[in-house]
Amino acid sequence: MLEQVKDFASHFFVTGDPLIYGADVSIVVVSLAIIFVLTYFKRWGWLWREWLTTVDHKRIGIMYLIAALLMLFRGGVDGLLMRTQLALPNLHFLEAEHYDQIFTTHGTIMILFMAMPFIFALFNIVVPLQIGARDVAFPYLNAISFWLFFFGALLLNISFVIGGSPDAGWVSYPPLAELGFDPGPGENFYLLAILISGIGSVATGINFMATILKMRAPGMTLMRMPMFTWSVLVTSMIIIFAFPALTVALALLFIDRLVGAHFFTLTGGGDPMQFVNLFWIWGHPEVYIVILPAFGVFSEVVATFSRKRLFGYSAMVASLVLIGIVSYLVWVHHFFTMGASADVNTFFAIASMVIAIPTGVKIFNWLFTMYKGRIRMTMPMLWTIAFVPCFAIGGATGVMLAVAPADYQYHNSYFLIAHFHQVLIGGVVFGMLAGMYYWWPKMFGFKLDERIGRWAFWFFNIGFYVCFMPQYALGFMGMTRRMYTYPEGLGWGPLNFISTIGAYMMGIGFIILVWDIVYSIRYGERDLTGDPWDGRTLEWSLPSPAPHYNFARIPVVTGRDAWWIMKYQMKPEERPDLGPIRPIHMPKNSGRPFIMGVAFFVSGFGFVFNWFVPAIAGLVVVVLCLILRSFEYDAEYYIPVHEIEETEAALGRL
Amino acid sequence: MSTHSFTSRLLRLAVPGVLALFLTAGCSPEQFVMLDPAGPVAQTQLRLIIISAILVLIVVIPVILLLAYIVYRYRDKPDNDASYEPEWSESPKLEAVWWGIPIVIIAALGVVTAKETFALTRPPVSNAKPMTIEVVSLDWKWLFLYPDQHIATVNEVHIPVGTPVQFVLTSDAPMNSFWVPQLGGQEYTMPGMAMGLWLQADQAGDYLGRGANFTGTGFAHNTFHVIAQPSDAFNGWVQQVQSENHPLTVEVYDQLAKPGLAQTMTFSSFPDTLFHDVVQKNGGMSMPMNEEAWTSGRTSSASSSGQGMSGMDMNH
Repeated sequence: MLEQVKDFASHFFVTGDPLIYGADVSIVVVSLAIIFVLTYFKRWGWLWREWLTTVDHKRIGIMYLIAALLMLFRGGVDGLLMRTQLALPNLHFLEAEHYDQIFTTHGTIMILFMAMPFIFALFNIVVPLQIGARDVAFPYLNAISFWLFFFGALLLNISFVIGGSPDAGWVSYPPLAELGFDPGPGENFYLLAILISGIGSVATGINFMATILKMRAPGMTLMRMPMFTWSVLVTSMIIIFAFPALTVALALLFIDRLVGAHFFTLTGGGDPMQFVNLFWIWGHPEVYIVILPAFGVFSEVVATFSRKRLFGYSAMVASLVLIGIVSYLVWVHHFFTMGASADVNTFFAIASMVIAIPTGVKIFNWLFTMYKGRIRMTMPMLWTIAFVPCFAIGGATGVMLAVAPADYQYHNSYFLIAHFHQVLIGGVVFGMLAGMYYWWPKMFGFKLDERIGRWAFWFFNIGFYVCFMPQYALGFMGMTRRMYTYPEGLGWGPLNFISTIGAYMMGIGFIILVWDIVYSIRYGERDLTGDPWDGRTLEWSLPSPAPHYNFARIPVVTGRDAWWIMKYQMKPEERPDLGPIRPIHMPKNSGRPFIMGVAFFVSGFGFVFNWFVPAIAGLVVVVLCLILRSFEYDAEYYIPVHEIEETEAALGRL
Repeated sequence: MSTHSFTSRLLRLAVPGVLALFLTAGCSPEQFVMLDPAGPVAQTQLRLIIISAILVLIVVIPVILLLAYIVYRYRDKPDNDASYEPEWSESPKLEAVWWGIPIVIIAALGVVTAKETFALTRPPVSNAKPMTIEVVSLDWKWLFLYPDQHIATVNEVHIPVGTPVQFVLTSDAPMNSFWVPQLGGQEYTMPGMAMGLWLQADQAGDYLGRGANFTGTGFAHNTFHVIAQPSDAFNGWVQQVQSENHPLTVEVYDQLAKPGLAQTMTFSSFPDTLFHDVVQKNGGMSMPMNEEAWTSGRTSSASSSGQGMSGMDMNH
């Protein structure tokens, strides 16, 4: 009996590596500390009422933001571990198995559990405020989306200490990811974590498309929408069409692994190429899913801090839509070298290059928004300015990669690694950080400190170039991705060493960024006006942070940059009469989305180990939650007028 | 050919310039294998790399300069006398310029890309008769079969200089990618499929090849050597291997196919149907391919479609 328990534990818990034991200890300590703090300060009720059951888009946005920053830390530590291992030839800091797991979780976390929640954080925090709405179209569904993301992320992260992490790469191609070559539970963690969070992502896409199409304030036509909202609309549409392909691919692979089906094994009449196609039919649009919201952020920031209207609004909209459409026609460029014929490769090569045209147009439009403006070098603007050259170079190497015959050389080399880190860091991460600094006062009522922020900015930026420019050269030297070590004599040592230094500089930048947040919670400049940047769009017409119903009276929009017009261009007598304050119809909080998340987690965990009792039990609870919801008739309430008036008076708005 | 003289001039100018940047980091030029081609395929690909780099720089450099100028000129300082037009936000003429320039550049690059994509599916132009070598990627070693010479090698492949070689690729392990940067770009090896890749060495030498697609724990060590020799030396080597009486039997193959690393090896013969059997075993049976497809590659170049075998529909 004891032997059986020991045997089980040695497989169930990851053992043998001091780094893992260190992580085990720190996880236990942090968990105990959280439990202690919540209990000592009697905060359990507060946590449940104010956060776990909330359907308020602003709070859900803040939870997404916290999760994204935590995952940026986890993914970043993965990156640093890899760079440490590669700093010198023939190092044995990590063994091959461990390195393989780390690059797999690094990629998976950074794309699906860092970039996605980061963009969803900004969707949630900004969109309803920008379009003059009181919440998203489906607040309850929005909470479900968050908790599915959260428990999906948790499921992937516990694989680190329980069962073992996935190790077939973030693309998880069969046959390597099939049971024959990858028998452990790690790959199941990957599949189920993404399947669970993917449901949430599709729901978020539907939610924001409905919100933007149906809930804009009177007068806000499509062509008067702020550019960030436009970017979210296009992104939502891409999500709705792209994520099902991923869900299908991963579900089929999971069925292969669970019951021995042959969707992706040639020997049974299946086809691994079909997985590769489905994966990238999602995978390429996915990079536009994460970059378009960043483009939206830059459009808002550049206009605000140049104190000038956004240049070429119609072209900006057109290029967003064009990128959205063409993003579906380029997926084969991820595998030019997998035997597609010359005509197929030519089509996808040229389609991939074509994306550079609308993207280039956007860059010029941002430049000419600054031209003849008055540029204020605030933190959001610094990140935006740093984005332009970084993304221009990253985009240029992207065009070089699109040249199919040349890609036969670049494919899987460090040239590729340098390219996509440059567009994903220079584009998405810079964009999300610009957005975070920009809307931080709106979320929390205080600014992040600019002086500390600059230190973080310069460390992260210089570190980026030091880390990734040598990797282009390493590609030319023939170094391929996913190598856990390399021999001496190929000349790869010095450049790898430089690259590692850069990675640590970025790590220091991140720590300073966290310090900026901690410092500013205490000492940050308080925003009493609600409009700390002299903004142009409706969210800046509200107090910071906005009351939970957002707008006491729904504004009437008369043009683009609605708040700018109200502030500077409209005489008081021209202001539309918004009428008296009326009771506000709001959704009630609910614990069910959280419970559904837990149920999905239990079910997913059961499926990972082929334990069918928890797997089925979890799904039963999910179905019960769905049934209970459909018999729920008392899910909304009205905020009475006197309560709104009291809140507004306290905020100095009456 | 004019394109070639253009290329060689570009090479002479651009490559040393790029390399000079990295020499200070302690790397020597010949270590930049992608930029140091030893055959016509790698040469073509390098030419495309350089052309595309120049074309994209036409946009990137002005963007960066313009950014620096604008940020400096229009900074928000009380004494800044630059004009300020907060409502100026449309200019059809300017916008036509920055829609137009990228379109022209992409069109130019698209034409070159299309031309070379098709060209590379054909064997390099050469007076020598093309030859075929079959390649099986294993965990974690490379098996080379010479159907015409009836010999086999592991982790080292000899080819005659100046001869177009079609490597016919498959895998008896997770898919890998066959890459010899100095001879040309890579092509995947996939279980149950046979795909062709044309390469040719114009200079004798020892070129490092590498499995370029992740295959598990032995991946980082999954390298091989391509030894390009004058044809006399190549023929001498073939005869020597043939005379060693060290055959690759099915039993030996089964041992080789087990996961692990291996030294270089040579075999004086191998079962005629080995490559075919490996493809079939991994599901080739269920592929919509005709029996001629994989054999056509061994005899003539005319019936082969190069990077994608004839008779096989790889375009799912």
